[in-house]
Amino acid sequence: MSVDAATVRRIAHLARIAVSEGEVPHLQSELNAMLAFVEQLSEVNVEGVEPMTSVTPMQMKKRLDVVNDGEIADDIVANAPATESHFFLVPKVVE
Amino acid sequence: MTDLTSLTLAEARKGLAAKTFTSLELTDAHLNAIEAARVLNAFVMETPDQARAMAKAVDEKIAKGEGGPLAGIPLGIKDLFATKGVRTTACSKILGNFVPTYESTITSQLWRDGAVMLGKLNNDEFAMGSANETSCFGPVGNPWRREGSNTTLVPGGSSGGSASAVSALLCMGATATDTGGSIRQPAAFTATVGIKPTYGRCSRWGIVAFASSLDQAGPIARSVRDSAMLLRSMAGHDPKDTTSVDTPVPDYEAAIGKSVKGMKIGIPKEYRLDGMPAEIEKLWSEGAAWLKAAGAELVDISLPHTKYALPAYYIVAPAEASSNLARYDGVRYGLREQGRNINELYENTRAEGFGAEVRRRVMIGTYVLSAGYYDAYYLRAQKVRTLIKKDFEDCFAKGVNAILTPATPSAAFGIGEKGGADPVEMYLNDIFTVTVNMAGLPGIAVPAGKDAQGLPLGLQLIGRPFDEETLFSLGEVIEQAAGRFTPAKWW
Repeated sequence: MSVDAATVRRIAHLARIAVSEGEVPHLQSELNAMLAFVEQLSEVNVEGVEPMTSVTPMQMKKRLDVVNDGEIADDIVANAPATESHFFLVPKVVE
Repeated sequence: MTDLTSLTLAEARKGLAAKTFTSLELTDAHLNAIEAARVLNAFVMETPDQARAMAKAVDEKIAKGEGGPLAGIPLGIKDLFATKGVRTTACSKILGNFVPTYESTITSQLWRDGAVMLGKLNNDEFAMGSANETSCFGPVGNPWRREGSNTTLVPGGSSGGSASAVSALLCMGATATDTGGSIRQPAAFTATVGIKPTYGRCSRWGIVAFASSLDQAGPIARSVRDSAMLLRSMAGHDPKDTTSVDTPVPDYEAAIGKSVKGMKIGIPKEYRLDGMPAEIEKLWSEGAAWLKAAGAELVDISLPHTKYALPAYYIVAPAEASSNLARYDGVRYGLREQGRNINELYENTRAEGFGAEVRRRVMIGTYVLSAGYYDAYYLRAQKVRTLIKKDFEDCFAKGVNAILTPATPSAAFGIGEKGGADPVEMYLNDIFTVTVNMAGLPGIAVPAGKDAQGLPLGLQLIGRPFDEETLFSLGEVIEQAAGRFTPAKWW
């Protein structure tokens, strides 16, 4: 399988990465090089094979459903580019 | 007094305990070495004030007989580990001047045991790379050069700063992470020892995530014993990481010098590649002979799905990365590029903040997870991963204790020499190491010799899950036979 220019633009949008028209051909060839490389997986017989979900055989640990953290609003917003009284600021989302 | 930077960690521990020198003296010696080696670009942030303060505090503890297992030992920390109050960037522009308000579990355990932080080490952006060339702080120089040449070579990646700094004697050991070979490949390129422990052995909490089912931290050190000492402090259960395993951490150092007599060492035929340099082939046979001479038994084994590990990795790792890196949106931390609406803000921030390799992988990951392609790519790759793991399990079930392979298909190469036209050329560096991540196994790279141009080469030992001890025992046999390698200083 390979991707065309329209697919590159669609993937870029899904990944929320702005891509200029000039960058599309280059990205397309790089993505296609990677897709050509992984193509060899199609020759493996995976009939009846379970997909891996956990590399170490272990039971998923569960935490108690209790509050064990919090009251650190200052820490949470400490690195934000724009905040106001413990809120993150973003461009207007709802008109 | 001998140059304090030339000691191994084990030797420094003795000197500190005997009060031959203080941690402050040891720390200052390394700070001076770091300053004199800035051309290597191994450190992206030096923290001398903090280092001296930590060293003084630990000297007081040592005086009272309260020093921990790493008391007074100066270390470098890969910039992927969150360090409280010290800028942590994953060497990406998108994290900008991110200053964590918390400490990663692994580094907090190192400080608990008395280690001293010298600064933060360079790495490939978000640990994506095999040459440390994708860092937003620029490439790292390998302290090793080809004989008679002054071309600067790459130290490998992604833990290139860690490997370069340990090799150049700028720190006594370093933290590193390994998603596809990022500890073992740079260790092999710089004649240092690097171990990627079993998945789940070290907590991932507070480490910038790349591919969560593959990421595992470990040390890069000057000797096998040093790496065992560091891993003991780094490993352990952490309730904050649900994949961290709740089993006791053994005294890894006790495994050093233990007899390897009667151990079965698998030699996998699939690792014998066409076009592999004869020197690597020779090194591999030499390593096998050393283990045999120590009493181990060599057995030919087959890991039939080996060639599919790298392609499967380049589906699984980018897929997980595309999901993990979704958090960098210009809202909660790091870089923000303005846009007319929230979508443009996201798109402009991520276009400006991610480098070319990261952008490529996020896009591939997005594609293989997108509607209509998930089954063909991601699901199939996860099934192939099951088969890769089964190959190893079958060998271990037949009594194989560990597997010996070359660590890399070549020695270090020049900056800008690889991957320019085709990204896959660079990816092939990890061909011998990536299988281990796919199967969640422990793997150690140990320096074993040099090529004709005088560049170091390493061997890899792959172990059973949670049997790092066997790797330390076998690794030390190789180290004893091969000797230690130090680069000639040119910086």
